[in-house]
Amino acid sequence: MAKVLVVTSGKGGVGKTTTTAALGAALAQMGEKVVVVDFDVGLRNLDLIMGAERRVVFDLINVVQGVAKLSQALIRDKRLENLWLLPASQTRDKDALTDEGVKGIIDDLRTRFDWVLCDSPAGIERGATLAMRYADEAVIVTNPEVSSVRDSDRIIGMLDSKTVKAERGERVEKHVLITRYDPARAARGEMLSIDDILEILATPLLGIIPESQDVLRASNVGSPVTLNNAACAPARAYADAARRLMGETVAMMVPVERKGLMDRLLGRRAA
Amino acid sequence: MMDLRRLFRSRAASAPVARERLQILLAHERGLRGQPDLLALLRSEILAVVSRHVVLDPDKVIVRMERGKTVSTLEVDIEVPNNFERSRAVAAT
Repeated sequence: MAKVLVVTSGKGGVGKTTTTAALGAALAQMGEKVVVVDFDVGLRNLDLIMGAERRVVFDLINVVQGVAKLSQALIRDKRLENLWLLPASQTRDKDALTDEGVKGIIDDLRTRFDWVLCDSPAGIERGATLAMRYADEAVIVTNPEVSSVRDSDRIIGMLDSKTVKAERGERVEKHVLITRYDPARAARGEMLSIDDILEILATPLLGIIPESQDVLRASNVGSPVTLNNAACAPARAYADAARRLMGETVAMMVPVERKGLMDRLLGRRAA
Repeated sequence: MMDLRRLFRSRAASAPVARERLQILLAHERGLRGQPDLLALLRSEILAVVSRHVVLDPDKVIVRMERGKTVSTLEVDIEVPNNFERSRAVAAT
C-alpha cells in the first residue's frame, strides 16, 4: 500500500527540497521504491538537488496536460535503481496545475511506488495546497526560529482542514522535522529549544537535523545528503528519520555542541 | 565585569522571549481559524443592504476588524457618491 507524503513548511528556505531528496534517498536505500515529486512549478529545484537537472525532458505539467506519459516524465536515479524523480516545469504558468490533474498523477504513482514524496513550494497558495491535497502523511520542516514556527502552525491548520483526508474526517499523519539546528546557539539560549517548538506545535517529532556544511556540500554536487556522505551528522539524522517513517523505533539523538578550543579555555560546558 | 555579565544574560534571554511571543500570537491566530471569511461575509452583506438605497461602487466599501485585548472594533468605511440624495429618492419611490 503506497504512502503519499508531503514535505511542507509554509516558509521558504527552511530545507524542504533538501529534506525531500534526503528522505527519498534514505527510504530507497532501505529497499523501498520511491518517487520524489517536485510541486514547485516555475521554480523547480529538486532536479538540481538530485543531480538530474540535465536529464529532464518532460515534467509534471506535461503529464497533467497529456503531452507526455507518466513513464516518459519519470527520471530514474543513477545511483539508486529504486529512486525516481518527477520534475516540475520550469517555465509554465503555475495555474497549469489542476486538482484533477494532480489527483490523476498521484493515483497513478500510488500503483507504481511504495512512497510518493511531494516537495511542496513555499507559501500557502495553490501549489502548496495541491502538494498536500492527497497526502496520507506530512513532514513539516521547521527551523528553530519564530517565523518558521508560526508558518508551520499555519500549515498544520491547513493539513487538518484542506486535505482530502481531513475532508473525509480522517487525519493526515503529521511529523515535525527540525532542520538547521545549531546546538551551540541552543545551549546559549539564543535559539528556540526542541521542547519549545514541540510544545507550541503539539506535533510529534520525526528528527533533528543539525546545521552543517555537509548539506551545502551535497547540494553543490547534486547528491542527496544521505547519499553524498552517509556518515555525516545530517545524513545520519535523515536516515534515522526515514527509519521512523518506516515505523521503526529509533532513539532520538539531540545534536550536541562540539567543544572547541575557546570553549575549553573558557570552561564552558556543552549542552 | 558586572556590565559584561548583564550583557551576556540579556542575550541568553532571547529564546524564552521568542517562545512567549509565539505562544501569544499563535493562540490568537488559531482562534481566527475556521472563520477566515467573517470579514468577507460582513462586507458582502453590508454592501447588499446599503446598495438597496444607494448606488455604490463595491470597491469603495472597506470593512476592517481590529482586535484589542478586551474589546475589538469593526470599522466600516463606505464611500458614497455625490448623487447620494437622488439615488435615495429613487429607492424611496
